[in-house]
Amino acid sequence: MRIGDAKQSYEADEAIWTSQTQKLWLGFFLLILLVFPFVVDSYLLYLGCLVGIAVISTTGLNILTGFTGLISLGQAGFMGVGAYTVAWLSINTALPFPVTLVLAGLMAAAVGILVGLPSLRVKGLYLAIATLAASVFLHFIFAEWESVTGGMGGLSLEPAHLFGLTFQSDFMMYFIIVPLAVLMVLAARNVFRTRIGRAFIAIRDRDISAEILGINLLRYKLMSFALSSFYAGIAGGLFAYFYRVVTPESFPLSMSIFYLAAVIVGGMGNLLGGILGAAFMTLVPEALKLLTAALTPFYPNAPVFMSPMLEIIFGALIVGFLIFEPHGLAEIWHRIRRFFRLWPFRN
Amino acid sequence: MSILEISNLSLSFGGVKALQDVSFRVPENTVTTIIGPNGAGKTSLFNCISGFYKPQQGTIRYQGQPLPGSIKPPKRAALGLARTFQNIALFRGMTVLDNIKLGAHVHMKSGLLSALAYFGPARREEMAVRKDVEERIIDFLEIDHIRRQPVASLSYGLQKRVELARALAMQPKVLMLDEPVAGMNREEKEDMARFILDIREEWGVTVLMVEHDMGMVMDISDHIAVLNFGQVITEGLPADVQNNPEVIKAYLGNSDIESLRKKLNAEGEAA
Repeated sequence: MRIGDAKQSYEADEAIWTSQTQKLWLGFFLLILLVFPFVVDSYLLYLGCLVGIAVISTTGLNILTGFTGLISLGQAGFMGVGAYTVAWLSINTALPFPVTLVLAGLMAAAVGILVGLPSLRVKGLYLAIATLAASVFLHFIFAEWESVTGGMGGLSLEPAHLFGLTFQSDFMMYFIIVPLAVLMVLAARNVFRTRIGRAFIAIRDRDISAEILGINLLRYKLMSFALSSFYAGIAGGLFAYFYRVVTPESFPLSMSIFYLAAVIVGGMGNLLGGILGAAFMTLVPEALKLLTAALTPFYPNAPVFMSPMLEIIFGALIVGFLIFEPHGLAEIWHRIRRFFRLWPFRN
Repeated sequence: MSILEISNLSLSFGGVKALQDVSFRVPENTVTTIIGPNGAGKTSLFNCISGFYKPQQGTIRYQGQPLPGSIKPPKRAALGLARTFQNIALFRGMTVLDNIKLGAHVHMKSGLLSALAYFGPARREEMAVRKDVEERIIDFLEIDHIRRQPVASLSYGLQKRVELARALAMQPKVLMLDEPVAGMNREEKEDMARFILDIREEWGVTVLMVEHDMGMVMDISDHIAVLNFGQVITEGLPADVQNNPEVIKAYLGNSDIESLRKKLNAEGEAA
């Protein structure tokens, strides 16, 4: 049961983590993140990096779609902009990688603002189509602007360097990706403690009353697009350093849908949901593959039977979640927390 | 001295004339009420003042300055024109506290970068707003017990009160209330009437409201304008308006002045 957390100041009441128990669990979680790369095998490490990148991009899309209510199918395109920016800069300039990453984010944000311009007039599915068009257009640029993007063959880049360290292995990349993911989720949480985050939510819930409260719709919608694509750009930049090759096919339309699904499965308008959704969408297909491998000794033709089924099972899982948990994975977490708030007493 | 002056305002949607040559004034630091039958154009007039509708003719002067159509709703909010809506327009998923804080949005300045870091100006500003909202508004409107609840879970009367709180957080000079007590029970109405009077007296805010509850209108208004079929029939003190034959006709559709006068008086006493 939760007791003894009466607040003495507004500062304490506005904090993100308000109780000692929460801080303890948070410290425990960060410790696990820190120890993780030292104890797991290379496969899990690889997955850990992928989840980290997915968390950054999903958080970005969550800001736009979950919190501001603007549906976007352009996330993969924005990630592509970030990845190509990083690749081009690392090949053609001597800028250190933190600078190229930030520039990747800014470049994606600039493209995001352009793509977001129609959002003042169109909403919902119409905006989804407008962003889809932008995504197709970006894909076309990646494939055809050969002097910059290398055409269909794409670009290959050197591993990131900093202070004499070379971030070549997954192990080294983990220590860039995961701290950055933690920081960026924290920054997003901060935004929703301020006027800007509240304005985003206000636009999602009721745009006319947002306007009457003095919220400039165009400005804040574009700001949401910029912030969201900045996250996508950083995720794309990390993607480029992680795989060290960027081609137009690295960022297909299905990737945009992947991130939209992650936001919805995790819980729209919930940062924790974005994290859970990103982990779910990345790990469940892998878990299904492991399941197939585990079944093979008992049913020798399991791979033949399972591999075409994997996509179907994955899809069915998503549909199942939407039916039984429409508010997403985050809602399960909230239920657990509510349970322990009064535990061991009953409501 | 009039804080708002409406002159010769006309608004039409296609062939429908919502407002025709409407003129009236809102004296400063009064409770001014617009009354009239349904469809008389009261809400349209509110929408013209807050900038959602652009009138085809006429001018609105606010603090002596004209408010042309080029001044959009967000700008008008920043100038001190706050309003509530007939059907509550709160953000249902947010808590009471966040809804009220949104009212202070126009008076806050912190940008995206300091918001991301929640450090320095953004943090100080948030804390100042929290303190102001808590000590000036939540305390005044007696809603401290529900501050952490999502708005959707509140009763209708409380939601109306939260909407009033949000409008007050905008630090308005003119507070426009669209049917503040519609659908409330007696006790809630009395609370709301008390708040409106306090807002005028203690805060020095001019209140402009649209309301159908004649008992309350006659009790707390300093100035009343009567609208019918998009035209102002009369304006003046409650007692004068109450006895105006035109007004009685607009409400009853006949000229049996005596019976209506009795009815109005009875309602006035009951409230």
